[in-house]
Amino acid sequence: MMSGHSIQRRISTRESNSVTLLLIGVALAYLVLFLGLPLFAVFYEAFSKGWALYWASLQEPDAWSAIKLTLIVAAIAVPANLVFGIAAAWAIAKFEFKGKSLLITLIDLPFAVSPVVSGLVYVLLFGAQGWFGPWLQAHDIKLIFAVPGIVLTTVFVTFPFVARELIPLMQAQGKEEEEAAVSLGASGWQAFWRVTLPNIKWGLLYGVILCNARAMGEFGAVSVVSGHIRGMTNTMPLHVEILYNEYNFVAAFAVASLLALLALVTLLVKSLVEWQAKRSGEPLQHGA
Amino acid sequence: MSITIENLSKQFGDHKALDDINLEVNSGELLALLGPSGCGKTTLLRIIGGMEVANSGRLLFHGEDVEQRDARERNVGFVFQHYALFRHMTVFENVAFGIRVKPRKQRPSEAEIKRRVHELLNLVQLDWLHDRYPAQLSGGQRQRIALARALAVEPKILLLDEPFGALDARVRKELRRWLRRLHDELHITSVFVTHDQEEALEVADRVVVMNKGRIEQAGTPDEVYAAPSTPFVYQFIGNVNLFHSRDHAPWSEQHGDAVAYVRPHDIDIGATPQDGNALPVEVKLVRAIGSVVRVEVAVDASSEFIEIELSRERFDAAPLASGDKVFIRPRQFRVFESGEQHELSAA
Repeated sequence: MMSGHSIQRRISTRESNSVTLLLIGVALAYLVLFLGLPLFAVFYEAFSKGWALYWASLQEPDAWSAIKLTLIVAAIAVPANLVFGIAAAWAIAKFEFKGKSLLITLIDLPFAVSPVVSGLVYVLLFGAQGWFGPWLQAHDIKLIFAVPGIVLTTVFVTFPFVARELIPLMQAQGKEEEEAAVSLGASGWQAFWRVTLPNIKWGLLYGVILCNARAMGEFGAVSVVSGHIRGMTNTMPLHVEILYNEYNFVAAFAVASLLALLALVTLLVKSLVEWQAKRSGEPLQHGA
Repeated sequence: MSITIENLSKQFGDHKALDDINLEVNSGELLALLGPSGCGKTTLLRIIGGMEVANSGRLLFHGEDVEQRDARERNVGFVFQHYALFRHMTVFENVAFGIRVKPRKQRPSEAEIKRRVHELLNLVQLDWLHDRYPAQLSGGQRQRIALARALAVEPKILLLDEPFGALDARVRKELRRWLRRLHDELHITSVFVTHDQEEALEVADRVVVMNKGRIEQAGTPDEVYAAPSTPFVYQFIGNVNLFHSRDHAPWSEQHGDAVAYVRPHDIDIGATPQDGNALPVEVKLVRAIGSVVRVEVAVDASSEFIEIELSRERFDAAPLASGDKVFIRPRQFRVFESGEQHELSAA
């Protein structure tokens, strides 16, 4: 009886070697084909005409301006959404108020609509023919086809990352620790800096990393509002497209390789964060 | 420091959590708020602590109105049901928190903080755990650290919300005694919330029984057990047998539709009817549980069982077996008109 039982267990939890190999092989092939190969292709094409040309295409003024603009946009959008994300998650997770579910739905909105639509909305609002267009023109403020418009749409598109990461975490942690802090004489700020923030730091960092990756990589929404003015309103993803459409493959892939590199660095930092969080005994999700 | 609560009410939407509460907590007293879940006891505790605000009524500490003071200014130590220890801090830092967040002028030196935290950790007998994180402690240890943390700010009032609720039975009993001893040492006015009658009766100087947002009775453990003032208290604290006047007229006297409440140990069993009040019953079940013998009897096949508790000696003097026909009569009982009867909600 016993041996029959254990054989059955083996059958139900283990496959034969050939099946195991086949399944691992399929998974690996999939990984290589859809993730590894494209990544390799980007770097291969970028360096296909040698290191010197690669370097030259990055130093070309328009490329350099696109890189700078991308960094500026991320430098504004990420801190803005960091502050907003913490505030929204704090309100949603720790307090009861009317319209809470509406707020949660609104936060998800940028994920739900196509980025092109997001961009279009801003053109309809602030463009020359838009609702606020005449007023903006009368005051000589240019949003659409200019840097402020790009920043606005990027903020919109990357809106949910930090908040989405923090809401479940803060909900799981509850508000007892803050109440304890206040009953021990801490002010609201002290409770936030000494209790709330340390408790969410890993989740927050994780959200910021994802938010940053999206802010730098956003194409659709930015494309609608930017106007593709070279050296002025081109971000890296837009610049890659222009170069590619001009058959300037080396330059296109050179800039693209920077974006790919960003993705790799993001993944590396993300793994480091997860590893660090695990080591310090504070799980990203769900408190003790 | 004494606490005075006058005409306090609290409403959550349509739900009346507290309905016109009047209560006096004496200085240095250990008071238990006892009641089934949803009776408003935790809400009352949170209002005293400043974590909720009452809709109406007054709250005074030592005669001084504290409603306008928020939680951090009340100098109240609060121990949470689930401990609420700061998970990213060591035990030492948890206890030191209340001292570290003091305004710079009142904050003692690092050496003084160290001395005081270790003193508190010694008080709760857990100094050896000072560099651990909360996740590495057992439930009982966490609860004691939570208490040490609350005591660090030298509160005038200590509030404990179901302090032993999440612990297993053995640890609970141990901590109960320990809390009582600690209170006798420190003499801080303390209020703790519990749904466990045994806990309340064993630990507290005075017990306040609550039900549906109202106070049913406040008194010493002995008073609420021996002389319950409402049917609810009778049923919530200890076991009780109910005798309706319709069925057992002599026991409930003449009050029309009334119910007599009799404790299981307040019933005598005899082989003969000594007077007209005795009730003929048949023994259905005899169970010896430790030091007492529990006998269940019934008037006839259709009626509910009546529970009787006898001491071993009394049982041995006149042994019973199921099937015996005997007479029972109450030594002590209390009659409530049916109109007064409250429903006993599930604990």
